[in-house]
Amino acid sequence: MIPHLLSAADLDHEDAVLVLDTAAEMATLSDRSVKKLPALRGKTVVNLFFEDSTRTRISFEAAAKRLSADVINFSAKGSSVSKGETLKDTALTLQAMGADAVVIRHGSSGAPHRLAEAGWIDGAVVNAGDGTHEHPTQALLDAFTIRRHLRGGEGDLSGLRVTIVGDVLHSRVARSNVHLLDTLGAKVTVVAPPTLLPVGVEEWPVTVSYSLDDPLPESDAVMMLRVQRERMNAAFFPSAREYSRRYGLDQVRMDMLPEHAIVMHPGPMNRGMEIADGVADHDRSVIVEQVANGVSVRMAVLYLLVGGSRQPEPTEVIV
Amino acid sequence: MSERILLQGVRPLGGAPTDVLIADGVIADLTPAGSPAPPEGVRALDLSGQILLPGLVDLHTHLREPGREDAETVRSGSAAAALGGFTAVHAMANTDPVADTAGVVEQVFRLGQEAGYVDVHPVGAVTLGLGGEQLAELGAMADSAAHVRVFSDDGKCVDDALLMRRALEYVKAFDGVIAQHAQEPRLTVGAQMNEGAVSAILGLRGWPAAAEESIIARDILLTAHVGSRLHVCHVSTAGSVDLIRRAKERGIAVTAEVTPHHLLLTDELARSYDPIYKVNPPLRTDRDVQALRMALADGTIDIVATDHAPHTSEDKDCEWDAAAFGMIGLPTALSVVIDTMVRPGLLDWAGVADRLSAAPAAIGRVPDQGRPIAVGEPANLTAVADDDEWTVDPWAFPGPARNSPYRRMTLPGRVTTTILRGRPTVVAGDLQW
Ligand SMILES: [Zn+2]
Repeated sequence: MIPHLLSAADLDHEDAVLVLDTAAEMATLSDRSVKKLPALRGKTVVNLFFEDSTRTRISFEAAAKRLSADVINFSAKGSSVSKGETLKDTALTLQAMGADAVVIRHGSSGAPHRLAEAGWIDGAVVNAGDGTHEHPTQALLDAFTIRRHLRGGEGDLSGLRVTIVGDVLHSRVARSNVHLLDTLGAKVTVVAPPTLLPVGVEEWPVTVSYSLDDPLPESDAVMMLRVQRERMNAAFFPSAREYSRRYGLDQVRMDMLPEHAIVMHPGPMNRGMEIADGVADHDRSVIVEQVANGVSVRMAVLYLLVGGSRQPEPTEVIV
Repeated sequence: MSERILLQGVRPLGGAPTDVLIADGVIADLTPAGSPAPPEGVRALDLSGQILLPGLVDLHTHLREPGREDAETVRSGSAAAALGGFTAVHAMANTDPVADTAGVVEQVFRLGQEAGYVDVHPVGAVTLGLGGEQLAELGAMADSAAHVRVFSDDGKCVDDALLMRRALEYVKAFDGVIAQHAQEPRLTVGAQMNEGAVSAILGLRGWPAAAEESIIARDILLTAHVGSRLHVCHVSTAGSVDLIRRAKERGIAVTAEVTPHHLLLTDELARSYDPIYKVNPPLRTDRDVQALRMALADGTIDIVATDHAPHTSEDKDCEWDAAAFGMIGLPTALSVVIDTMVRPGLLDWAGVADRLSAAPAAIGRVPDQGRPIAVGEPANLTAVADDDEWTVDPWAFPGPARNSPYRRMTLPGRVTTTILRGRPTVVAGDLQW
């Protein structure tokens, strides 16, 4: 296994499937009465959140606690983080505390790379979302969810067609998903107005479509990305209404999907913007399940990075 | 009067080994190497086989004083310049306070004279406080003791077309030149790196080539219209090269510079997220690098200028988007040019002397620098052991800043000797005081 999880591209096919298989084993835990594993007893996991994200922080916290790790929540929001010195100072503090893993959420793309590679700390670094770069555990939980629904919970995603819709330009979820889905063999289509696709997207392993209607009948899964209404102020699109009409998933478009297709969203949703109310709550929407799968996937990542090959503990075996 | 010096066995512009006698600040004699022992009272420096160049002239240096003496001072920057083979630098105006009055440019000029390592020629701001709204007193700076001829808001673009036109017109009165930092501001809001395949992966906000090229195209048209002189700072894209080439074909008085880092480094380095590679304009693609080298070789780009931009570690040892733009360039400039231009055969030593000395002196209207190596000319000289290689160690640089992107790299060509008007500033690679 890799020493850090900074990008979904860090995972090769073998590692990616290993994380998903491990997550599946973790998921069986929540069906049992004893919800705790001793795997990370004596280890310290620090949640270092420079950006407010209660959902992601709680998910990582639950994952670490179910593995019996000591969890420290370090919220740097509100302190002066515009000046980068804070990241370095914080890192040195964590190093002094002997953190075995640092889960970092940061508004600057690449901040986890700096934390892992600047020589400030020794522990494993897990990227919990950095700027407009990546959010690899979100991609892992998305792949886990797709695999569970469309591949019987085993193997990879080869041959599946996944359509990612929305603000690809600013989306760390999209970047991580493109890497991981490609690694797992899925065929990816990204759909957005041209203004919300990065220059350089033509080198990604994806098909690009400016129309949402075209790929829908061929899609096994549709992933709707959050679109901030304020983007229209920077001329990315003329109005929320026009965006919603051209790129929102409503009931009419839902009916264009194959019977087995699932609808996903990393949350938080803009109901009525990128996704209609009825679609979000549809029985083929797996949005709530994504949240639950997030804990299993993050348990797997922490276990493999901190308790697994990094420092083997032969007596602790997952059953 | 200054001591008499004999440079033994140097090869002027790579030519035959020659003994060069320096007296009274000028080149007194040039004789084939192997002349009899130097007369009494002459200091002999054995530079056998080394290349002798006219002292290098940098048209684009940030010395940070006044205002950011924690990053660089006129003295430390001058020392770095001398170690890099320079005998003159132009100090950019984006200090604090901004060099937008005769008082500030005279202060910087005097600090340069006191340090004494190189001639420091202050660049005057085009607009008050670099604010882009009102012309600074360009005439007062031109008439001051600093004799300013180069005006620039570098760090910022003079993006208002009318103001740029007026500035170009106004400096005609004293043979000035506007050195433009070409960056369309609206296209580069929050920009962090070259916009392209790498920025798409890294999620860093893109700085499109078109933001540079659109300003250059506009400024070329304005320059032609008012019949003035335009100098384009740090050209970084293949498209900019095309625009400048066509302007020159039409006889428009445009000159251009390229930095050493844009000749060597590409945006692939941003994949490390290490802000040591964060610079403005950003590192571009390999295609751009190749176009810039060709343009420097064929003269479309007139000069190499360092854009030496020292920063404290607090401004660099952080996240990418919180870090300052810029890199140290003076001590390594000649080595990078040897690596990218001389060794591949794109430029000979006469070409190096032109691009790093004669041409920048001409653009900056500095009459006593960038002169031929000939009897009677001012002894502004530098000698480089071109076969030597050295490993860059920024901790050995004179100033407080360490932000060299070449740290731990091995580069060819070591400056051994620098002489300013007959006085050695660097001997055997060491500063002389
Ligand atoms: Zn500049």
